[in-house]
Amino acid sequence: MTTHPYLEKICQTPHAKKLNLTLIKADKTSVTLKLPYSKEIIGDSINNFIHGGAVTTAIDTACGAAIFQKQKNLRALATLDLRVDYVCPAPSGADVNVYADCYHLTNTIAFVRATAYTDDIKAPIATAIGTFMRSNKPFPID
Amino acid sequence: MNLLDKLNDIKARHDYEALIDLIPYAKTIGVETSMIGESIVSSLRFTEDNIGNPAIPALHGGAIAGFMENAALLHLIWEIELTNIPKIIDFSIDYLRPGQATSTYSKCHIIRLGSRVALCNVTAWQEDTNKPIAQARGHFLLSENKPIKP
Repeated sequence: MTTHPYLEKICQTPHAKKLNLTLIKADKTSVTLKLPYSKEIIGDSINNFIHGGAVTTAIDTACGAAIFQKQKNLRALATLDLRVDYVCPAPSGADVNVYADCYHLTNTIAFVRATAYTDDIKAPIATAIGTFMRSNKPFPID
Repeated sequence: MNLLDKLNDIKARHDYEALIDLIPYAKTIGVETSMIGESIVSSLRFTEDNIGNPAIPALHGGAIAGFMENAALLHLIWEIELTNIPKIIDFSIDYLRPGQATSTYSKCHIIRLGSRVALCNVTAWQEDTNKPIAQARGHFLLSENKPIKP
């Protein structure tokens, strides 16, 4: 499956860059992003677990990318809501992958599911569901 | 000293700044804490690194969610008697307005404090308290994660 070259742009917003989010795979309606483990995103400095907030950012970004795949273009999006279930902490030192799938589009709204995992997608660390508002405005990264 | 003892020590000393030192992610995104009366209040100073949409410019939704999630956690740690470190179970956020390139503030409210689980509401706003940019709710596990008897 072809990855649209412009899809890389979703990892080029300042906050995505700060977290070093990288696109590792894309399919017709889905993408996988990587959130590399780093000391800067630790939430529990005793166990060295990643903060849920960093996982949420990776999920939000992956959901946006999945929508771009499904609608076959890059436009500005607004997250309406996002619900994340933190199944278990990510093992310390492990990179987190986020798989997001846009399972339905209406003219105005996109519906997305996402799963965060380290090694095995069948053993997730977090699952999420979200809705996004679509628009005709250009994506803000050139 | 384990994390729980450390937190109880920080609370006893009212050293809310030391709390943030324990959470590198909070420092990374620019969370600041202050005390209003006996309550701990979190704010998020604006940094370029938190931008998700450079055209507006607007904050990344993930940074807003991470800030609010952290605010709920700090609020719980400060308000309740800790026997365990609260662990986030789920977090559900509704985005109401774009987060502009300015400081963001939060207010937390514990809706239900049980012996095992707490439910919190969090509201985030910028210049106008009456125009929140997001609201969220989340469950936190307060008890030990022990197996249920068969």
